[in-house]
Order: sequence, then C-alpha cells, then structure tokens
Amino acid sequence: MTATKPRIKLPESAKIGDVIEVKTLVTHVMETGHRKDKDGNPIARDIINTFIATFGDKEVFRAELGPGISANPYISFQMRVPGPGTFEFAWIDDSGTKTVELTTLNVI
Amino acid sequence: TPHRADAGDASGERSALFDAEFKKLVGTIEPVEGKITVDLPEIAENGNFVPLTITVDSAMTADEYVRKIHLLSTNNPVARVATFHLSPANAVARVQSRMRLSKTQDVVVVAEMSNGALAIATTQVKVTIGGCGS
Repeated sequence: MTATKPRIKLPESAKIGDVIEVKTLVTHVMETGHRKDKDGNPIARDIINTFIATFGDKEVFRAELGPGISANPYISFQMRVPGPGTFEFAWIDDSGTKTVELTTLNVI
Repeated sequence: TPHRADAGDASGERSALFDAEFKKLVGTIEPVEGKITVDLPEIAENGNFVPLTITVDSAMTADEYVRKIHLLSTNNPVARVATFHLSPANAVARVQSRMRLSKTQDVVVVAEMSNGALAIATTQVKVTIGGCGS
C-alpha cells in the first residue's frame, strides 16, 4: 500500500538560527513479511523503507526503515533554521511509490 | 495475534542475525559507551508500539557530527530496525520513533561519528505482549 495522510508538526513560528523539532507521521500498515493469514499463507512484506526530508532543496534528514518500525511510522528529528523555506517530506514504499508532503516553515 | 513473551527470556541472548548485522556494522572498530542516551520504557506492555528517543552527545558542527544512528534489535526476526542519516544541519543529534519488539530483549544503538569513531548504547526492554512478526 501507499503511505497516506501525512501529518507534520512544526513550531508555529521560528527564527533563523533556532533549533526546531520536526515531527512526522504517515498512515501505513508496515506489514513485516513475517506474518501469516488465517489460512496459513504468508503475508508479503509491505513497508515504507525510506523517509527523506529536504528543506529548501537541501536534504536535512533521511531514514532507512525496516519491518521493526511500528505501523503508521512516526519520525522526529531536529534542524537549525537556516532561513525561510519549505520542507518536502517523502515516504517511499516497497513498490517504489513515493508519497510527498510540502510544508512551509513560518520564519519570523 | 499477539503472543505472550516467555517470562524466562534472558535478554542477554542475541540472535545469529543480530551478531552478523552488528559485525557488518562495526567491523574492527571498538565502539565507545557513554555518548548515547536512549529513552525506552523499562517494560513495554505492547511490543507493537514501543516509543523511543535517541540522543547522541555531539557538537554537530562541520568538524564533529553524527553521520548515522543505527537502531538494532537483538531478538527480532530482522535485526536492523532503522538507520537515521544526520548532518550538521540538524544541530542536535536527536531522533524519535516507535519500534516493534517481538519479545524481551536488548535494543542496541550504534552511532557513526564524522571522524569514523563509533558509539554504542544497550538498553533492555521487558516485553509483556510481543509485537508479532516484527
């Protein structure tokens, strides 16, 4: 399945030089590939394996995820605000499908 | 379906998968302890959903920063849970996520520094209801 309903939490506003926390969540089953259905057939692995955050076209954070990450993967990281800009968050699943969310940081 | 973790689980036990993954990661470098803080619950009632915060002590400047943080489980079916890539842009080497733990075990975090040094932290989590098939 494709990641859906991305949710991003940023501070309401930030100044240049501030260190902010960036919280991200996306809806996804993160099927491990180690489970069986009720008839005993293996359920194929289906996970978000990569998360990439860029700010103003510069990559600021990346995560490679395995099946040990919980369903609806939540990831937070820190960033020093280099100036005004927009985040691009991307979640890539096992089939290569990319879910993208754009969020502008309110720099005052 | 959830299953009960064995009450007698020795968390010191580590799977061959973990040993192989750890060896691949660390090579011949001796990782140092004391640079990484891992916040994990002592007891996880639900192994499907275990919140964690990892903080690495680093200046996070161009001269000295954390390149990667590897999150490993010693007894899940897959040892590598995640790898986080950082840079001086982060300013603070702290990440949060939520992990699965199939049973009581040690969680091992290895951080790769920009000078090639490695840091390690080991945290035991007792799991009441295992995260199935993680």
